[in-house]
Amino acid sequence: MTAVARVYRWEITKPLAQKRTYLGLGTAIAVPIIFVVVLVLHSGGPNDVPLGRYIRDTGLAVPFVVLFFMSIWGLPLITALVAGDIVASETHNGTLKTILTRSRERGAVFAGKTLATATYTLALVLAMGLVGLAAGSIAWGFHPLTSLSGTKVSAGHGLLLLVASLAVYALPLAGIAAFGVLLSTVTRNSAASVVGALMWALLMQLLGVLPGTESIRPYLLGTQFEAWHGFLRTPVDYAPVTRALWLCALYIGLPLIAAYLVFLRRDVAGD
Amino acid sequence: MSDAPPVETRGLVKRYGDIVAVDHVDLSVEAGDVFGYLGPNGAGKTTSLRIMLGLIRPSSGSARLFGRDPLIDGAKALDGVAGFVEAPRFYPYLSGRRNLKLLADYDEPASRTRIDEVLELVGLRDRAKDRVGGYSHGMRQRLGIAAALLRAPRLLLLDEPTTGLDPAGMRDMRELVRRLAGEGITILLSSHLLHEVEELCNRVAIIRRGAIVYQGQLRELLNRAVTTYRLQALEPDRARSLLLAESGVGDLRLNGGALRFSADEDAVARVTVALGQARIAFTALIPETTSLEELFLGMTDGESSDHDRPSAVAV
Repeated sequence: MTAVARVYRWEITKPLAQKRTYLGLGTAIAVPIIFVVVLVLHSGGPNDVPLGRYIRDTGLAVPFVVLFFMSIWGLPLITALVAGDIVASETHNGTLKTILTRSRERGAVFAGKTLATATYTLALVLAMGLVGLAAGSIAWGFHPLTSLSGTKVSAGHGLLLLVASLAVYALPLAGIAAFGVLLSTVTRNSAASVVGALMWALLMQLLGVLPGTESIRPYLLGTQFEAWHGFLRTPVDYAPVTRALWLCALYIGLPLIAAYLVFLRRDVAGD
Repeated sequence: MSDAPPVETRGLVKRYGDIVAVDHVDLSVEAGDVFGYLGPNGAGKTTSLRIMLGLIRPSSGSARLFGRDPLIDGAKALDGVAGFVEAPRFYPYLSGRRNLKLLADYDEPASRTRIDEVLELVGLRDRAKDRVGGYSHGMRQRLGIAAALLRAPRLLLLDEPTTGLDPAGMRDMRELVRRLAGEGITILLSSHLLHEVEELCNRVAIIRRGAIVYQGQLRELLNRAVTTYRLQALEPDRARSLLLAESGVGDLRLNGGALRFSADEDAVARVTVALGQARIAFTALIPETTSLEELFLGMTDGESSDHDRPSAVAV
């Protein structure tokens, strides 16, 4: 375990030395702020999205609305930006041979990289959610939230629901990250992996809106971005949350297992 | 485990489709060797080193370092082993020191305490705070050695360590290799430069198109290299009989009026006296293979050393 922890420490440091990481984190922070500023300056709002009507009632509603908009391609893009680069950047720098000729097993290196990607993904969601909450609360106060069922939820309880929602929201995003890690391992090309992971996310969204896909819709990755709606119903509807949990376990696990096997066996020549 | 040789490959093969990059290579490097792995570019040196370091999987055969196979033992096979293939590469956005800190954390046991020592040894202490992205090729090469030495290795695998260096850099690098060898580190050094191997190594293997064409003591190779002579005598048949009777003369061949034989210097000196005493006139007695270079070319190109080359000295 200490081996993975040591590797993880540096696998966090490496993305932190790269501009794309700050581009991603900066976007996650800037978007909710811009969103709130625009809504403060102008009347009207996103009335046709979940909780959109209540956005000026409480800062608690802001992160939910922002997450909804960002789930379409914003967050998948900035997630893929780092996930798709996590192995490919080593190829680009020619450093895979440098770290694989030390004492760490390939499995530990892969685990460190995967954990670093997961950390970044979680950081994006948390940053966006918490900055949205802060910006919204400054603009409109920290008041009780109206749930999707129309009932009032106290601000304190609303905060708990927000944290739970962010956690569930991070799962499908991690699924996109896992796919990015797989592409990054297989293609060894950063741009191809970023675009590929984004296309994967968009394909899942597209399938969800095409006619005739109703039967598979609940199982698509994109649909899981709405699983948090269950938390905002009274009483809480755990069905979409449970489905998101096991489905995302597959969407995360399968690409990671494939990537792990490729990483363990691949020839490191020219990278 | 300590009895196992630092490097032992058996029947090592690496195929890429139809191309055989490494073709049944059997290398044995003994403890204390400075072993020269010699061959032209593209002969398979780097590919075999990659297999030894566990970076690529051989198509067949095995590579063992101190008795451990990276294919079976994973990173543990690299205990006591360090080195690099092709040019050493680092994270350009981190400083030299940070790069070494990173690599020290990838070592077991962590080797951080040695960072200052190795930076000093390769003369990079003053530049350690600078980002590697701004380093010259020579500095990166030295950082590569520093990164290898962090592991306090008993075996160093160095792939063309002087390639791309200026003359002063080459001299420093060779000096460093000599010094490390003097400290008892076994070194396997690949090179396409003969004089480098001649200068540094005690044993060599010559690889050509993936296959080993010579392996042994450098001294023996050198002996072999300087002791083939061509004798142009007016009466070649009589000269042949005389040479046959002379001790220390071997590999005698007569073709096209020219006699070829191998001999050491003493034997050749006796031959000249004997030819004079027997009143056999000769017009030329020429050491055919004057340097390791020619032998090397002969082994790696097939025909080059058979060409009659004008030699510097006619005896």
